[in-house]
Amino acid sequence: MLSRTADSLFWLARYTERAGNVARGLAVASRMAAVSARLGDEVEEWRALLTASGGEAGFRRKYEAPTAEAVIHWLVFDPDNPSGIIPCFEAARRNARAVRTALTVDMWEALNDGWNHLRKLQPEAAEGDNLPDLLGWVRERVTLFNGAAHETMLRDEAWHFVRLGTMLERADNSARLLDVRHKLLTPEAEGAVDYVQWQAVLRAVSALRSYQWIYRDRLQPQRIAELLILRPELPRSLLSCLAEVSDTLEAIAVGQGGRRGECHRLAGGMHAQLRYGRIEAIFAQGLHEFLTGMIARAAELGGEIEEFYIRG
Amino acid sequence: MSQPRTSAYDEMRGEDGVRAAYAEIERWLRATPREHLDRKKQEAELLFRRIGITFAVYGEGGDPERLIPFDIIPRIIARSEWEKLSAGLRQRVRALNAFLADVYGRQEILRAGRIPKPLVLENEGYRQEMVGMVPPGGVYTHVAGIDMVRTAPAEFYVLEDNCRTPSGVSYMLENREAMLRLFPRLCARHRICPVGRYPEELLETLKAVAPASAGASPTVVILTPGPYNSAYYEHCFLADEMGVEVVEGADLFVQDKVVFMRTTAGPKRVDVIYRRIDDEFLDPEVFRPDSLVGVPGLMAAYRAGNVALANAPGAGIADDKAIYPYVPEMVRFYLGEEPLLANVPTFLCEREEDRKYVLDNLDKLVVKLAKGSGGYGMLIGPHATRDQRAEFHARILARPGDYIAQPTLALSTCPTVVEQGIAPRHVDLRPFILSGKEIRIVPGGLTRVALKEGSLVVNSSQGGGTKDTWVLDDEGPAAALLGQAQAQAQG
Repeated sequence: MLSRTADSLFWLARYTERAGNVARGLAVASRMAAVSARLGDEVEEWRALLTASGGEAGFRRKYEAPTAEAVIHWLVFDPDNPSGIIPCFEAARRNARAVRTALTVDMWEALNDGWNHLRKLQPEAAEGDNLPDLLGWVRERVTLFNGAAHETMLRDEAWHFVRLGTMLERADNSARLLDVRHKLLTPEAEGAVDYVQWQAVLRAVSALRSYQWIYRDRLQPQRIAELLILRPELPRSLLSCLAEVSDTLEAIAVGQGGRRGECHRLAGGMHAQLRYGRIEAIFAQGLHEFLTGMIARAAELGGEIEEFYIRG
Repeated sequence: MSQPRTSAYDEMRGEDGVRAAYAEIERWLRATPREHLDRKKQEAELLFRRIGITFAVYGEGGDPERLIPFDIIPRIIARSEWEKLSAGLRQRVRALNAFLADVYGRQEILRAGRIPKPLVLENEGYRQEMVGMVPPGGVYTHVAGIDMVRTAPAEFYVLEDNCRTPSGVSYMLENREAMLRLFPRLCARHRICPVGRYPEELLETLKAVAPASAGASPTVVILTPGPYNSAYYEHCFLADEMGVEVVEGADLFVQDKVVFMRTTAGPKRVDVIYRRIDDEFLDPEVFRPDSLVGVPGLMAAYRAGNVALANAPGAGIADDKAIYPYVPEMVRFYLGEEPLLANVPTFLCEREEDRKYVLDNLDKLVVKLAKGSGGYGMLIGPHATRDQRAEFHARILARPGDYIAQPTLALSTCPTVVEQGIAPRHVDLRPFILSGKEIRIVPGGLTRVALKEGSLVVNSSQGGGTKDTWVLDDEGPAAALLGQAQAQAQG
């Protein structure tokens, strides 16, 4: 496959997944702001979301304070935020358009319809009670895209690079989401924080019900962390994401007659660490340290994949 | 329904009523309420927008991705008419290819004095770089688009030849898809010759001209200038349909006179390049040094016989507007046959005699730039103001070599959905002719329609639209296919 095509597929999947993750984050934050207003720390919710989305510095250059309106505008509309929903869709579609031939019609339509709708979006669509509808719609579009890819793509290299993009982005998102709330998840914090905060973390990765199915018990910080980091059953856990990244890289290597590089070693290492890791050890090391380490290595892995397959 | 009096040939309606091939269409139009047609028209637009069939217009403001208006009433050509056309097209393209091989080789037609030497050798379209080399398979214009107009039942004229990188074939294919989706029953009532095989035929054609070194399964790619090119959609569409890569200049590189593309598994050798970029941009080492969309060293690889380029560089000399008047002569000279397709009489302002006639008859003629395309910079005498004619008078005197003139043809019309209802609008036809080991033509082409009343300019850049073109296997409607192939159901 053309290197440029692989690059575009990887990034269109990353941007699409990112748009969905931002929508998930926004949905949880707006819900949290609604229930935690009585605690007087709603601003904290928006700030946490900004940090998780990784664009805090850019935001501070343009806006005074992380009010609900400012953060929503920044994360939905602002063209200066490369991780905002509309810019993500735009970038995803730009990449898709550059590799039309590598996409199926269903995937293209999922992205193109989404973009055609979003580019005409009026500010009112993200205001007040309209916001949940918009965010639900964005998540639907992303699910539609992922479903279209799953249902219609040939299982060839194009598929592999799409999955690499989706899974690497998802791993990064899960790690960030946990990390901004790592203080809430230390055993000492237990009892001091509102139960709804933990719920929020789980909701953001569609895992509130899953928690109950797996643990059949009340929410406990250590288990929440375990679920999001180490459980193979949860499709958004770090383990699930890295397992697929590692398997996908291996599949590409096999298809190319065993050609492997640093990215394969790195992905295999991360996968092994998660697969055989224990949550007690992670907490002993420090959750924050562990997660920031993961985020950094995921970024390094992205760089190595580009080095080996795109620029190599 | 408004029916302006015009001398143009109406393809649906003759003096003694509706023509046989249009009988079913006419019934359908009468039976279908206007609101329904409008709704279908909107559906069609939505469809094109969703699939992303747009042409890119950058730097004019407004939406950069535009739709070419699609008219939902098909244009019909009877099989008997098509067979005649098709024979003429084959003949013409054979002659054009022979001409190209000749002017870059022995130059016999020039030595025989049948075409003035300077007209060819001093023409901008003539590529010195091609002299003395024979492209793989000896083919120059692998994909030709011949623009035809009709003026009477059996009267077709060639308006111009396009031998470089003619576009529009994706509309031929997508227009048919749209019609099948929007009007399945209307389609079923006709025996429409399918066009869907075109991409396969194109791939066969391209493979047929691969260098010998390529072996049994040559690697074919489409070279595009990129997403900002107006025909980018078409490049991707064709690549997709053929199952080949669409590449940009930066995806290719040349090493030891062999062309490679950069892939995730390392460099891969390329055998045939269907290039959709102009000659001047192909290779900065040979043509324009500032080209960013080309591939340095490509021409050296080509000349070494390691890669095939379709269409061949320099093929543009054959479709030059100043060469056009000589195409019938080429048919006679190379094939020893009488031309089956007529040329529009053309006056070259460069010739004194012609120029005098043109200047005296500006109100009756169409004046075009000899090198222009896209309907820019032309004068349609009968519709022009006195000032416009005066301006062209001066321009022709200043640079006579730049202009040609032709009589205004009464282009045929087809019924078209317009704001006031259904009205006749002028159309042309661009069939696509493929030349590899043999000549292939799918029955059909791109019909362009001038949507403005009375307008003769069909170019999409000038407000023209397109129609699906149906070549009908017989002139009557097909018998309804009943009781066939029931879908299986559970239980």
